[in-house]
Amino acid sequence: MTVRGAEGPGRGTLPPRAVPAEHPAPLPARLTAPAPAWRSDFPILSTTVRGKPLVYLDNAATSQKPRQVIDAISAFYAGANANIHRGVYDLSERATGAFEEVRLKTARLIAAESAEEIVFTGGTTSAINLVAQSWGRSTLRPGDEVLVTGMEHHSNLVPWQMLCEQTGAVLRVVPVTGTGELDLDAFDRLLSERTRIFALVHLSNVLGTINPVGELVARAREAGAVTVVDGAQSAPHLPVDVQALGCDFFAFSGHKLFGPTGVGVLYGRAALLERMPPWQGGGSMIATVGPEHSTYAAPPARFEAGTPPIAEVIGLGAAIDYVQQIGLPAISVWEHELLARATELVAEVPGVRVVGAPARRASVLSFTVDGVHPHDVSAVLDDEGIAVRAGHHCAQPLMARLGLPATVRASFAFYNLLEEAEALACGLRRVREVFAA
Amino acid sequence: MSALNELYQNVILEHNRSPRNYRVMEHGNRRAEGNNPLCGDQLTLWLKLADGVIEDVSFQASGCAISRASASLMTTVVKGRTEAEAEELFDRFHRLVTGKLEQGESETLGKLAVFSGVSEFPIRVKCATLPWHALRQALAADASRDEAPAS
Repeated sequence: MTVRGAEGPGRGTLPPRAVPAEHPAPLPARLTAPAPAWRSDFPILSTTVRGKPLVYLDNAATSQKPRQVIDAISAFYAGANANIHRGVYDLSERATGAFEEVRLKTARLIAAESAEEIVFTGGTTSAINLVAQSWGRSTLRPGDEVLVTGMEHHSNLVPWQMLCEQTGAVLRVVPVTGTGELDLDAFDRLLSERTRIFALVHLSNVLGTINPVGELVARAREAGAVTVVDGAQSAPHLPVDVQALGCDFFAFSGHKLFGPTGVGVLYGRAALLERMPPWQGGGSMIATVGPEHSTYAAPPARFEAGTPPIAEVIGLGAAIDYVQQIGLPAISVWEHELLARATELVAEVPGVRVVGAPARRASVLSFTVDGVHPHDVSAVLDDEGIAVRAGHHCAQPLMARLGLPATVRASFAFYNLLEEAEALACGLRRVREVFAA
Repeated sequence: MSALNELYQNVILEHNRSPRNYRVMEHGNRRAEGNNPLCGDQLTLWLKLADGVIEDVSFQASGCAISRASASLMTTVVKGRTEAEAEELFDRFHRLVTGKLEQGESETLGKLAVFSGVSEFPIRVKCATLPWHALRQALAADASRDEAPAS
């Protein structure tokens, strides 16, 4: 997989953008429309919808899968399937080896110190619930505070609400500004020695805002809080270095990273994982089991009760290989160019309002069309083969802050084309025609 | 006609732009909220029910064209009907939008037949039926009180 040269279609007229400061990984020369080189790896991208070529712009909901991932899962079931960590036979040993190799790959992907800091979960949601119910429930006392932000996906909000109800802790929320960024002055006011946990989203699934995670995490840790980063949206789009971010926990999903559904990752700092009680009990997570008491395995096994999603982990491994071959720095540069151009094109359509204007943004573009409900926008775009999301995006508190019941959201991946951004703008003009808005 | 044009027929677009009976009802005796938590559509429905007859009906809503137009058209067809007639209409309407109507039955639906295109878009069935569910809820809401002897 190589990056195309500097000549090519779709060269934007935008000024070069600054590379996000938190991601110091070396960047290749500026890219121009490299996506076609990668598209052919994704079988679904050459299908049609309602008679039109599929334009898939709902990557924030889930990403498409390259043939390499589909084949890896298929090959595992066809030739290597066995349960892991138990069978004393060749097939099981091979399955175990392949499974554990993905743990190492995952650790490398996000620059964890060791593979033991990687816990496989069902997804981002279960990863965050694990932290809340294990670390949170065993340490929080009435009057302690959990600090979240006003731009969280419900998956990084509801688990903390539940935890506060269970422990008597108090939930505090960092407000969001009119541009769709965190109110940093308010953050400083809300952070105190009572703050035991600070949980925040790295990249907003509604606005695309890239939060200054490193800076906020450093301040929160200084105040004595444990920090939890929801990386569901950032992991597929930005280079992530958990040690550089400085966070204690980082959660993401396989299916948004071009891997299968049903598998997610919780990175946890080793020193913390070791002190945490298990969340779910069962097979694989024990050291010894007596009739009345059991002792528990060391992390990460302590947090992986029962048979894990083995084939899904294998598929995630193939997805990580695929992404690493292209390189997340290259991906983020291309997507940045694509998003900037798409934002321009969409904003040029009369009646279209882009929601939020954060200084640093990736992958996600939310907007409204005057006089037309987002569902109706989505239905007309669907008729053009364009898949976008319409609704509240599982972020109702943020939508309330924005004063919008719903938005249309187009979210891009590295395989999207400038032509697809143009198709979106064209589709929006048709929306205006259909509704005579 | 494409599936999209079938969905957004002119009557629907027109009712979306200028919904009928779109107002708060001051002297109604029933009220229900309808909402679709998955998409955030919200609707409030007011009824004035007397002796089992819908004397007046009104609504206000934030939602897509299909749910607004469906609410608007619903208010125009159920006004003056009995509870039983409204229930019967809902049954046919529901079968219309889910593609389960018997041949020839759509003619009995009158204006509501413009929603036939919804059956091609299963995800929009909830939008079209949201006001109807609110109506049934409003009709059922105070039934026990109505049946109780006046005091």
